[in-house]
Amino acid sequence: MALLEVKDLKVRVEEREILHGLNLTVNEGEIHAIMGPNGSGKSTLSHVIAGKPGYEVTDGQILFKGEDLLEMAPEERAAKGVFLAFQYPVEIPGVATMTFLRTALNAQRKARGESEYSTPDFLKKVREVSKSLNIPQDMLKRGVNVGFSGGEKKRNEVLQMALFEPSLCILDEMDSGLDIDALRIAADGVNALHSPKRAMVVITHYQRLLNYIVPDIVHVMSKGRVVKSGGKELALELEASGYAQFEDAA
Amino acid sequence: MNVAVAKTGKGRAVSDLFTSAEGRLPGSPSVIAVRREAFETYERLGLPHRRIEEWKYTDLRALVGEVLPLSAAPDAAALKRAADAVKVHAIAGARKLVLVDGVFASDLSDVKALASEVGFGTLREALEKDADLLKTASTDAVIALNAAMATDGVVLSIADGTQLSAPIQIIHLATAASASAFTRSRVMVGKGARATIIESFVAVGAKAYQVNDAVVLSIGDNADVAHIRLMDDAPDAVNISSHFVTVGANTKLNFFNMTTGAAVSRLQGFITLAGEGSELSANGVNLLQKTEHGDTTLVVDHAVPNCVSREVFRAVLDDRAHSVFQGRIIVRPDAQKTDGKMMIRALLLSDEAEADNKPELEIFADDVSCGHGATAGALDDSLLFYLKARGLPEKQAQALLIQAFVGEAIEQIADDGLREHVIGIAERWLERRQ
Repeated sequence: MALLEVKDLKVRVEEREILHGLNLTVNEGEIHAIMGPNGSGKSTLSHVIAGKPGYEVTDGQILFKGEDLLEMAPEERAAKGVFLAFQYPVEIPGVATMTFLRTALNAQRKARGESEYSTPDFLKKVREVSKSLNIPQDMLKRGVNVGFSGGEKKRNEVLQMALFEPSLCILDEMDSGLDIDALRIAADGVNALHSPKRAMVVITHYQRLLNYIVPDIVHVMSKGRVVKSGGKELALELEASGYAQFEDAA
Repeated sequence: MNVAVAKTGKGRAVSDLFTSAEGRLPGSPSVIAVRREAFETYERLGLPHRRIEEWKYTDLRALVGEVLPLSAAPDAAALKRAADAVKVHAIAGARKLVLVDGVFASDLSDVKALASEVGFGTLREALEKDADLLKTASTDAVIALNAAMATDGVVLSIADGTQLSAPIQIIHLATAASASAFTRSRVMVGKGARATIIESFVAVGAKAYQVNDAVVLSIGDNADVAHIRLMDDAPDAVNISSHFVTVGANTKLNFFNMTTGAAVSRLQGFITLAGEGSELSANGVNLLQKTEHGDTTLVVDHAVPNCVSREVFRAVLDDRAHSVFQGRIIVRPDAQKTDGKMMIRALLLSDEAEADNKPELEIFADDVSCGHGATAGALDDSLLFYLKARGLPEKQAQALLIQAFVGEAIEQIADDGLREHVIGIAERWLERRQ
C-alpha cells in the first residue's frame, strides 16, 4: 500500500479552482520533489494535505496509509504521521518553544494511545535532538520562533520533525529566505531524518535545494496538475530550460 | 408634604435596607450619624445607571436591580464550612485574615502571628472611636452605601521600616445565599516598609449573594508593596469593590487583579501618586464566560512630578460575556516628567461576547510622556492552524494562545510564587473550557 495517494484532486479557493485533478503517489522511504512555477498550486497541495482551512475539495481523494485524510482534523493528521514544514513558520509570542514542543508531542502521543512523556524524559530527548541539529538551548527558551532568523525558523521545523517522528514530511519551499549556509544546515537535518520508513515531499521553485536533498522522483506541476514526472535529472533539465515548456502542456 | 417612598425594582422600600440592619451596624453614636448621612446619599442617588458617565457600561439598575438585605452573622455551621474553605484558598506561607459574610472570624485568622509584626484590629472595634474610617472623598452611590452598611473589615498598620516576613491574605468568604456583605478595610504602610497584601473573594456554596467591599490603602515614602486581588465569586454573585490608594515618594506599588467569577463584578480603583519618584505597576486579567459582566475602572492620578505608571490589562471573553475597562490617567499641572502608559487588550472567543474599552488621558502638564492603546479581537487563525498542524486539538491550541495572551499581564507580577499561583488560576479556568 502506498503511504500517500492523491487521486484526481480538485480544490477551490473562493470560487477559483486551483487544483484541477492532481494525482500523486508516494511510497515509504521515497523522496519526491515537486517543482513548478509560482501559482502552479504547489503550496495549495501541501496545505490541503495538512488540513488548512479555507480550501474546498470539490472532487478526488487523499489517502494516507489507506485512510481518508480529508475526513480528519489537522491534529488527527499530525498524530497519524503527517508533518508539514511551513514555508513561513509563524511567531507565537508568549508560548515558550519548550512548552510548545512538549504540549504538541504529548498531544500526538495521547491521540495515538501512547503514554505521555514525563518532563525529565522529554528534556533529555529535546537535548539530544537539538544538539544533533546544532540548535542552541537558548533558542528553546524563547517564544516559538520569536526573533528567530529565517535559518533558525527552518531549523526549528526540522527539530519538530525529528521529535514527532512523522512518516510523511512535506517541506514547503524550505529554501525560501535562506542563505546557502542556512540551507545546508537545514538540508543536512532533513537528510539525517530520512529513513526507509519515512517519506519526504520537497516542494521547491528552484533546483538549488535538490543539490542537498536528492530526490528519487521529480514532479513538475503546472496550472494545478502534475504534468511530468521523472528521475532527478528532470530537475537539472528544468534548471536549464525553465518552466515555459510546461505552461503550454498544461 | 408628600414624600414618596423610594422603592427597589422588586417593590421593597430602599430605606428598609438600612433600618432593618441598623441595630447590627457597629460604631459610636457619631459613627451612626455618619452612616445615616451616607445612607441618605445612597437613597438620593440610588443604584448607579447608564446615564451616570462612570457607570455607562455597568448599569447596576439593569444588571442587579436591587441591593439584597444585610447577611446574618455566620452561625457555627457556617463557620465550620468556612474553615474548610480557608484550607483550600489559603496561599501557602501567607498570614490569613478571614471575613465570613462580612464578619471578621478571629478563630480562622492568624492574628497572633500577624500581631508580632503588624498593628492589627477589626473595623468593628475601630469604629467605636474613629468615624473617619467611613469617610472617603467620593460621591459614588455604592461607596456611600458601603459607608452606611459596612459591618466589619481589617485595620492594619505596618510601621515604618517593617519588612513583612510573610504576605497577608485577606479572605472574604460568602456562605449566605441571597444576602449582602458590606466590608471595609484600612491598610497603612509606613515609610520604608515592605509588604505583600492579597485579597481573595470566594463562595462557600452560597448563591446569588452580593459583595460591596472597600479598601483604603495609604503607602508611605520609600516603601515596596505588592497588592494582589483574586476575585473568584460564585457565578451568580455580585461583587462591587472600591479601592482608594495613596502612594508616597520613591515607592513601588505592584498591583494585580484577577477576575474569574461573579455574574456582575466591578473593581473601581482610585490611585493617587502623591510623592515624587514612585512607580506604579497596575495590571489585571478578567476571564469571563456565559453572561458574566466584569468591569475594571481605574483612575491613576499623577499629582506630582517624576512618577511612572504602567497598566497592562487583558480580558478573555467566551460565550456572551461582557468586559469593561475604563482607564483614566490624570496628569496634574505640576506633574512634569510623568511617564504613564496603559495597554488594554480583549480577546473575544465568541461572536456574542462584548468588550468596551475606554482609555482616557487628562493631561494638564506639558513635559510628559503618556500613551494608551486598546484592542479587541479574535484568536489569530494562522497561529491556531500551526498548533493544530502540530497535533494540538482546537481547545488545547486555543488554551495555549490564551495563556500567552494573559501572560503579558500576569508576568507583571513581581513575586515569583504569586505569579505562579495566578498562572495556575488561569490554567484551571482554561481546563474547565476544554
